Parts: sequence; C-alpha cells; structure tokens
Amino acid sequence: VDLSLSTRTEGDRTVVVVGGEIDVYTAPKLREQLIDLVSSGQYHLVVDMEGVEFLDSTGLGVLVGGLKRVRAHEGSLRLVCTQERILKIFRITGLTKVFPIHGSVDEAVSATD
Amino acid sequence: VALVELLLPPLPAHVRTARLVVGAAARRAGLPDELVDELRLALGETCGRAVLLHAQHAPEERVQVTVRDDPGGLTVTVRDRHPSGPAAGAQGADVADLLGADEAADDPDERVGGGDIALAVVHGLVDDVSVEPGPDGTTVTMRWPLPARPGGTPSTAASADAARSALPG
Repeated sequence: VDLSLSTRTEGDRTVVVVGGEIDVYTAPKLREQLIDLVSSGQYHLVVDMEGVEFLDSTGLGVLVGGLKRVRAHEGSLRLVCTQERILKIFRITGLTKVFPIHGSVDEAVSATD
Repeated sequence: VALVELLLPPLPAHVRTARLVVGAAARRAGLPDELVDELRLALGETCGRAVLLHAQHAPEERVQVTVRDDPGGLTVTVRDRHPSGPAAGAQGADVADLLGADEAADDPDERVGGGDIALAVVHGLVDDVSVEPGPDGTTVTMRWPLPARPGGTPSTAASADAARSALPG
C-alpha cells in the first residue's frame, strides 16, 4: 500500500494516523477520509504525519481543504510532525503559519489555544 | 549524457514511478542524499502537474522526463504537451491562498490552481529552475550541481542500467 490511514478517538479529538506517501495518486484517499470524518460530526482532528515518507502539494491541498471544512464547524485540525524533510515543504509554502504543528500526538491532543 | 528518458502516460500512479527512477539515477550519479530528496519532491511536483494537465486536456499524449549528467551538473527536464502553458502568477504566488482556493472548488475542473501551486513549490525548492511555456507545451528544467568525483565520471551505461532496474514491476 502506498498510503496507510487509520483513526482513533482520544477524548474529544480524532487522531488520523497517516503513513507512506501522500502524492497526486494517493491524496484523494486522504481527502475522502477527512471528508468522511467531518460528515460524521468529528470536527477536532489531529493528523499524525510521523509515518509519512513523502508529501507533495496535492497532499498539502487536501490538508488545507480539511482545515477549511473543520473550521466551518468551529473545529480544529492539528498536525503532528517532527520530520525535517516534511516540515520543509510546510515552510516553503508558508503553511507553518496556517497549521498548528506539534511534536507529539499527546501535545496535539491536549492543545487548546 | 542522457541517463534516463521516460515517456509517461498521464496517470497519477506513474508519478511515483518517475520519482523512484529519477531518484535512483540521481543518487547513482553522485547527488548527495539531501539533494536527492529535494529532486524527488521537485520531480513529483512538475510531473504531477504535467500528468494532471494531460489527463484533462491531452490524455493520449505522454509526459517526457529526461535526466542528463552534464559537465555543469545534473539536469532534469519535464516536458508536457499542454498548449496553454503555466499561468503567469506561478512565481512568488501565495501558496496557502492558492491551495485554499483550489480546495474550495468542488468541481475538480475548477481546480485550475494545481499547476501554479506545483510550480510555486518548485521555485521555492530548487535554486536553478527555468520554466519555458510554448505553443506545444511547457518545459521545466531543473539543475543541481554534482560534487567533483575522484577518478573521473562513472560509466553512464551502468547508471542507466541501475535506473532501469529500479522500475517497479
């Protein structure tokens, strides 16, 4: 599998664990997953990117789309990422100002700002 | 010297193949690992952009990817056959805005910003990049310096073989 997705609930947050490669081919699967979660009333999402090996701009687009959808319900979308190669593309695109990026799932789940 | 030449049908799944092949050829040619990462991302962006444009406007045409080991360094060229060329705002555009506008469009055909975002990322990522729009399509050329090698250049035939064997399937 090029992209793996799993979800679990922690308190009032839904953690989406993403692994593998998010690119022009696999990004639609992630988009579907985020849309499904919002459709089922889960508006506080934590996307764990620690298992992501590759991320391109189509993946970023899906994350921005997810953020817009949860915000329409006064929700939140937080990212967990410590990998420099993945953080680099968030910096290049200015998205570090758009997404709260955390160093661990625990930190993201307990964040309230 | 041409190390790799690929002609890809415009299917998103093939973009990953191109990343693997070009990444393997670049590593073999001596590009340092952190630049191989950069190259794989830049190639994914340019190739993904070309594949999506072809899928919409020229599904029977192939996307051409070439890797050359030249005296000045490693040159990667992605050529599409989409006649309109890139939009003018590609360089210096606010990527976050482009992404937001793109995702707001429910109809995939309205996601016109995709090519702009990809090129904006490439411009942010790669120091030496040129984009040449033309009536027959757009050519994106990216260059990376190669470190000097003791003992001269390696066998380019061996490099091409290594790249071919990296093709999955």
